[in-house]
Amino acid sequence: MHNSTSGHSQLEEIRHIFISECNDGLDLIEQGLLELERGNNTLAIVNDIFRGAHSIKGGAATFGYTNVAEFTHVLETLLDRVRTEELGVTPPLVQVFLEAVDVLRAMVQAMESGEDYDDAQAQTVQAALIGWLGGEQDAVAPAVAMTSATSTTHADPTAVSAMASGQREAKGEDSLAPQTAPGILWDIHFKPAPDFLRNGNQPQHIFRALAELGTLTLQPLLDGLPDFSAFEPETMYLAWSLTLDTQADAARIREVFDWVELDAEIDITPRQPLPEKAAAPSHAPPPAQEAAVAEQHAPRLERRGGKKDAGSIRVDIEKIDVLLNLVGELVINQAMLNQVTRNRSGRHGKELAGELEQGLLLLERTTRELQEAVMEIRMLPLSVTFSRFPRLVHDLSARLNKQVELKITGEQTELDKTVLERIGDPLLHLIRNALDHGIESMEQRQAGGKPATGEIHLGASHEGGSVVIRVSDDGAGLNTERIFQKALEKGLVEADAKLSDSQIHDLIFRPGFSTADVVTDVSGRGVGMDVVRSNIEEIGGRVQVHSERGKGSTFRITLPLTLAILDGQLIRVAGEVYVLPLLSIVETVQVNAALINVISGREVVYRLRGKAVPVVDMREVCRIAGNAVLEDYSGKQMIIVESERRHVGLIVDELLDQHQVVIKSLETNFVKVPGMLGATILGDGTVSLILDVTTLAQTLHRARRGDDHAVATITH
Amino acid sequence: MSQPTTQARELSQYLTFILDGEEYGVPILKVNGIQGFERTTPIPNAPAYVMGIINLRGEVVPIINLRKRFGLQEGTLDAHTVVIVVRVEQADKTRTVGLVVDAVADVYDIKDENLHSTPDFGGKISDTFVRGLGMINEKLVILLEIDHLIDWKRVAEPEPEAATAAA
Repeated sequence: MHNSTSGHSQLEEIRHIFISECNDGLDLIEQGLLELERGNNTLAIVNDIFRGAHSIKGGAATFGYTNVAEFTHVLETLLDRVRTEELGVTPPLVQVFLEAVDVLRAMVQAMESGEDYDDAQAQTVQAALIGWLGGEQDAVAPAVAMTSATSTTHADPTAVSAMASGQREAKGEDSLAPQTAPGILWDIHFKPAPDFLRNGNQPQHIFRALAELGTLTLQPLLDGLPDFSAFEPETMYLAWSLTLDTQADAARIREVFDWVELDAEIDITPRQPLPEKAAAPSHAPPPAQEAAVAEQHAPRLERRGGKKDAGSIRVDIEKIDVLLNLVGELVINQAMLNQVTRNRSGRHGKELAGELEQGLLLLERTTRELQEAVMEIRMLPLSVTFSRFPRLVHDLSARLNKQVELKITGEQTELDKTVLERIGDPLLHLIRNALDHGIESMEQRQAGGKPATGEIHLGASHEGGSVVIRVSDDGAGLNTERIFQKALEKGLVEADAKLSDSQIHDLIFRPGFSTADVVTDVSGRGVGMDVVRSNIEEIGGRVQVHSERGKGSTFRITLPLTLAILDGQLIRVAGEVYVLPLLSIVETVQVNAALINVISGREVVYRLRGKAVPVVDMREVCRIAGNAVLEDYSGKQMIIVESERRHVGLIVDELLDQHQVVIKSLETNFVKVPGMLGATILGDGTVSLILDVTTLAQTLHRARRGDDHAVATITH
Repeated sequence: MSQPTTQARELSQYLTFILDGEEYGVPILKVNGIQGFERTTPIPNAPAYVMGIINLRGEVVPIINLRKRFGLQEGTLDAHTVVIVVRVEQADKTRTVGLVVDAVADVYDIKDENLHSTPDFGGKISDTFVRGLGMINEKLVILLEIDHLIDWKRVAEPEPEAATAAA
């Protein structure tokens, strides 16, 4: 147990790992439960759930979280009934289990933050679990036995006794007084240093003090005794193995050793893995109210996403090994370069240059690999974020009295951790909206000739240089007229504005727009789609909606893989070097003048293998005072880029190297520049702008429509 | 001399520079450094007074041509042209920007009693950029309100033609 500061922080670290394992375990249990509910009742799933609960229980007991251990024990007992098929899986049972997961989650969160959790809720759920056990106290008996055996004198009596005794013991009573609890066995290893006696310490004093705490058994260890000839009377050769049966806690026992701490090895461990301190104090439970419990349900869902630890990341050991190898190579590389420079005397410059060049080449390769490996560490699969949604859909559809199935695909797609963390809330919002507003009630669906069960599809995939997440539902779709009406009311559009359907749909992303007729507690709480859009744009993404009346809506979110690094193609336009994201490039062609068509004197298209590709003159986009726009494109390089599944040809002056570049935000010291993703610093120290192919195409598109001001205002 | 607090003393220290024959001052605590002018990377569609961006020790920093910003006559950019790197604040955000000036002049202590507000003093530049006038040995220094130098909301759009013409 912790007897030094380093031991303390180590324990803290282990505790941290335990908490994150608890969270993982709970996720697993929850997933398993949802599987069960879907009717996939296999023994393997039940076993997984059981194992998850079991390891949480074990860990919690080790770390002294009695409340968690207690609670999990009851849960485990009930799960065991399911495992042995004494109890069949029914939706109400799964519901109770899910509620239990919620309680545990709250408890785990409480250990993490040191805050309180809702004890009344815990009591209610625990009572429900016990109720499922048939109310027999026998079944819960092990739990009671365990707690009382393990509760210690200084334990918070309310927390422990109330939890342990379940319903039987009335809430808040201190009837399980500490005195009545039997003591527990402690193993104490006590090995004084050789100078122990010389420093004036006397082991018998310690033993006497210990004996005052309870029943002490002494076992001297004689291994350290030397030959008789080498024996020095003032040197301590003995060690003891002590067993103490006491109600005192570890701190109290440790106190006895206070004076000899520096002169001896002391190791105090409880025979049963048990707390030295009571679990986080929980308030005496107020009378449980069904209503209160129900109400707390929704806010809790929201809290969950945001508050996970942002500071740490769990990394595959393999990824770390790759890093270590690369650093090893880097060291070898450096030694090699050192050698080349050291042995330079008497050698030809040419030979030397050759060797240096080789070394540098190697260095370049290793550096790049190292960079990739480091980036790789930050990449996590989207399943981390997606995993919370099945539960959300399950709970909400029950509350809204709708039948909805959530289909998830592509959850293995990896994204940078920072991006991943910040996409959760927008997705949550979209899914909640789809459930609340998108999917119709069962009757409406059947009347409309649709299957009663609605479907929400959450899918992720790679597309170009980005990750695309789609949230689609097969619900009612957006009501174009109503949106227009609403926008009119809010003064967002002019009455005579002629807008296409998709332009009208886009209005839902405007600030202050909410069409829900009834403000439900599920959505429509004033936070609108504008927040979704701004959240997504903050992480460099975009969101679009496509909707068809009566068939459903699809929200398409495009996200950058990472916010830090990009593979770039360097190009030259009007004397300046720009960086084009390599992943958006489809191909490069040399312009053949015969294939250029000019439409209505303005729009330029290029016939590429039978398809018309709009052409953009980069000199026009990168409009800097004094740039002449080219008249004749023939023989020029044209880069075909993909943007929102459309191809666009960019006319550039020159294609340069390909480089991996570090993205620097222009907003740090300047502002967001339309058409630019950011800036980067090239090898020679100069700054280059990184082109954003998507906004670039949009910018130009709007500019071409004659609305020149749109060039600048598009990002607002 | 009275006993001004150190803070007040520091606040009234100004770095002055020359622009089109006139002396301007900026609070010295806002100054990060002074360096020679180097090639900038132009930003497309930006107003003409934004010369572009440079790499300042790994940071991307915009360079503002003060002559152009103030609507003064254009000067020549050569090896003697100086960039004063300052920190400007607007809406709780601090940015680092470089100001292109003709030459650095001096550092002055300007006591508060020698600070004057700006009645239409008929200077060459717009009042919005001026914090006040400082009097040093019978000489007038125009003290700039550097936080107002750039309108960040509009800095990414080209200036309307008319505004550039008027000066």
